[in-house]
Amino acid sequence: MTKDKREIARRPDKAPMATAWDYAPAPEARDIVKIQERYGLFIGGEFIEPASGERYTTIDPAREEPLAEVAQAAKADVDRAVRAARDAFANGWSDIKPSERAKYLFRIARLLQERSREFAVLESLNGGKPIRESRDVDVPLAAAHFFYYAGWADKLEYAFPNRKPRPVGVAGQIIPWNFPLLMLAWKIAPALAAGNTVVLKPAETTPLTALLFCDVLRQAELPPGVVNIVTGDGRTGAELVSHPSVDKIAFTGSTEVGKAIQRTLAGTGKRLTLELGGKAANIIFDDAPLDQAVEGIVNGIYFNQGHVCCAGSRLLVQESIYETVIAKLKRRMATLRVGDPLDKNTDVGAINSKQQLEKISALVQSGIEEGAEIYQPPCRLPERGYWFVPTVFTNVAQSYRIAQEEIFGPVLSVLTFRTPDEAIEKANNTPYGLSAGVWTEKGSRILAMAKGLRAGVVWANTYNRFDPASPFGGYKESGFGREGGRHGLEPYVLLEDA
Amino acid sequence: MSQRLAVQKTYKLYIGGAFPRSESGRTYPAEGANVARASRKDLRDAVRIARHAGSAWWAMTAYNRGQVLYRIAEMMEKRQSELAALCTGPAEVAAAIDRVVWYAGWADKLAQVIGSANPVAGPYFNFTVPEPTGVIGILAPEPPLLGLVSRLSPVIVGGNTAVVVASEAHPLVSIELAECLATADVPPGVVNILTGLRGELSPVLASHMDVSGLDLTGADGDAAELEKLGAENVKRIVRGRADAQSPYDIAAFLELKTVWHPTGM
Amino acid sequence: MLPGGFELPLEPRLPRLGSVDAVALEERAATLATRSIKREAKLFALDLAIRMMDLTTLEGADTPGKVAALSSKGIRPDPSDPNTPSVAAICVYPNLVPYALERTRGTSVKVAAVATAFPSGQSPLDVKLAEVREVVEAGAHEVDMVIDRGAFLSGRYAKVYDEIVQVKEICAGRAHLKVILETGELGTYDNVRRASLLAIAGGADFIKTSTGKAATNATLPVALCMLEVIRDVHEETGRVVGMKVAGGIRQSKQAVQFLVQVHETLGLAWLTPDRYRIGASTLLNDVLMQIRKERTGRYQNPDYFTVD
Repeated sequence: MTKDKREIARRPDKAPMATAWDYAPAPEARDIVKIQERYGLFIGGEFIEPASGERYTTIDPAREEPLAEVAQAAKADVDRAVRAARDAFANGWSDIKPSERAKYLFRIARLLQERSREFAVLESLNGGKPIRESRDVDVPLAAAHFFYYAGWADKLEYAFPNRKPRPVGVAGQIIPWNFPLLMLAWKIAPALAAGNTVVLKPAETTPLTALLFCDVLRQAELPPGVVNIVTGDGRTGAELVSHPSVDKIAFTGSTEVGKAIQRTLAGTGKRLTLELGGKAANIIFDDAPLDQAVEGIVNGIYFNQGHVCCAGSRLLVQESIYETVIAKLKRRMATLRVGDPLDKNTDVGAINSKQQLEKISALVQSGIEEGAEIYQPPCRLPERGYWFVPTVFTNVAQSYRIAQEEIFGPVLSVLTFRTPDEAIEKANNTPYGLSAGVWTEKGSRILAMAKGLRAGVVWANTYNRFDPASPFGGYKESGFGREGGRHGLEPYVLLEDA
Repeated sequence: MSQRLAVQKTYKLYIGGAFPRSESGRTYPAEGANVARASRKDLRDAVRIARHAGSAWWAMTAYNRGQVLYRIAEMMEKRQSELAALCTGPAEVAAAIDRVVWYAGWADKLAQVIGSANPVAGPYFNFTVPEPTGVIGILAPEPPLLGLVSRLSPVIVGGNTAVVVASEAHPLVSIELAECLATADVPPGVVNILTGLRGELSPVLASHMDVSGLDLTGADGDAAELEKLGAENVKRIVRGRADAQSPYDIAAFLELKTVWHPTGM
Repeated sequence: MLPGGFELPLEPRLPRLGSVDAVALEERAATLATRSIKREAKLFALDLAIRMMDLTTLEGADTPGKVAALSSKGIRPDPSDPNTPSVAAICVYPNLVPYALERTRGTSVKVAAVATAFPSGQSPLDVKLAEVREVVEAGAHEVDMVIDRGAFLSGRYAKVYDEIVQVKEICAGRAHLKVILETGELGTYDNVRRASLLAIAGGADFIKTSTGKAATNATLPVALCMLEVIRDVHEETGRVVGMKVAGGIRQSKQAVQFLVQVHETLGLAWLTPDRYRIGASTLLNDVLMQIRKERTGRYQNPDYFTVD
């Protein structure tokens, strides 16, 4: 061997054990999306000033920085939007060939796919959710929703045997801040497919992807007035709900507001669908594939920071495997990366608003005071912005507030059960009924549990799966009506003979 | 004086996503060109390739299949004038494109309309789902573009793969269409288009033991004979209309699978 | 007399045999594969990948010359950069062991030999054991054996177990034993989990995915499945078992994805050649190219890296 080789050979080849492997920051670039300084209201195919000139600031919750000024739509603006929708409905939209209506929706779907990166970045910036989620879940599903319903536009007579469905008219739609673009797609796509026109109010804290969507409508050459976007806070929603010329209201949000809307519409004959809160049980049996079940638990409650109506916020674990599951869960929680929503490696993003953060903190405090045991993995949070560490409570009684009330945050409450019947009883023991999860390898038990659970969506050996073809909606106080699938057309059509 | 000399196009077969000449080296004259005259061996190869392509096509999500069909429409839209020059005109092309779009929208809805959950009298969960039949042979009817597209779209949107015998008198538009398919992300082998003599090719198609179904809409007068040949492996045989659109045309080449599972703790 | 600590104690809790949900496992593996590892974090991983590499040649056409060249490459992968570490081991067929040993003597690079009628395992037990004895006598530091898949798939688990135990007996104290499951032939992740537990019970120091000779070799989901078994065994008994992925790993990106899995499943403690190996051959040059690209900012050209 040469001298060099001997040198190399003698050099010890043991690197010191690594003390950490920090993934370098991997931020998605912001400059792909152009955010205007201020936005108007999108009515009759163009942006117009709010009548009162009132605006408010929408921010980036991860940095508490302002992003844009958006309009506060008041009664006069809502009225103008509804009239634009009515005009568009009466003068063309309901009469154009359904196959042409389909083509507008196909265009919108394809445009969303083409501009997916822009929308994903904007969604994470304005709402706080990780870019990995907006990129891999929200935006693709939104595009898919439009694509799915495009195909129904000229096939409605196949969706309703022995009926020639007609559109309802003008739909007023109010959506929440947890999946802003996706909720917009869930509302607008079926409404348009069935021949209706729309006035949609995005959530107060997350207006920007809806406003960018107006540019997609322009590129798709959608006739003016078919879709109108009015931004604002709860007052704008109230105006829309009570407007006499709106034929149907679709609302996704809190149960409390849902009930108020139902009261307002009582006696008016207006159509209504509600998609409200939940307190879903995620049920783990002793024969579940454990590591995958733990992934399911984590995905069930920490996906989108737990800002999910169908979140698996109650873990019901069979007592015989309690220790094992909790140990695995805590270990897994410690690998969750909380941080900058625009970083591709972030698992858990920012809490959407200061208000929501306060609500979560208050409920977590109540859990501690009522006697539950709290665990939070060590986590370094950024200085600015709204953050909450993924949390799990054990030793939880069914009566504790954290087991009863919807927290809408990354907080899991753990309860145990002994038998399947007990699991069903505990799972159903809530005014809510949106969703549930079941983890077991036994097929017949999956089906028996699905049969017994009073929930509109049952996930077996999976959780938080959505698809435009799959109907979604709740039982009991989680609301009524379904979105997605053939059933999702029903709220937007008249089936009686003319 | 300087009239630019055109580069003449060679019209070949469309098999496995590629454009081979006939293995027989033969052509026949049609519409002023020498068009590939497919042989029984070309057909045999096409069927083998179509069979092989089936599992990947069915493994795609219904959503993806729908998107592929929509993209075929996108490609056809951009080639409207080329297509119109080779068939009866722009109206036929527009109708053909819209037909593809219509069928594209069925991909992710079929199971909801044709399938079912069945309320059997016992503690069982019972459901019925549609699945593709397999390799379908299609004799394309006139008009040469709309007829082909109207019979092809329902076959492939349901997850089947196709071996098409194009119009004998007007084959060029089918190859132009094949170029749209080739650029539309259609997986190679899902659609195969053979130009040639109808009388030579259709009995081979009808008697092939690995062709699972036959669309005889374009058969002229020999349909009965072909149906008889098809009986040897119990082919599903359909005679539809050249200008139809219906989910039942999709269902004609679907199998229905019903599954039982007990419900119990 | 088998050294203690071989068999999994029945108290307090036997690691759950359990089943594996394929869809969820594959999804978790896919999500982990989206981790974005750049700059210093990437260089760390690439350096580690070299240190963990079992540089391999397992061909009928292998000759002393080929093995000598490979060994030199493994000792000094990049002559232009003396900071490049050596690989962990050279992996060869039994006949080539003496040549590999000769070339690597005095360096930190180990010699691993495949044995037990690799890759098929379809020979009588006495022939397989004789092969193991030969390579251990010859001085190989590591033995990579294959399990009898025919026996496993026909339910003769005791035979599979017994063979591993006997091979371990020969190796004990002289060579470390890697047990190749040949996951591509096992059919389901449930089987991979069971085979992993069986191999560990039989005395494996490492469990290894594949021979590299099958249609499907190391995949991210299958590796994750095996890491979860290693984790369960460690949690419940304290026993440390290593992991080796082999076959089909040609690109740096894949190597980094495998390491991310280890990091997020077993933590830093397993990010060492003593507990994790990557069996590969063309991967080495791709890693060297990636390292140079990270350092210079330019995409690289294979002509600038030696082929051995």
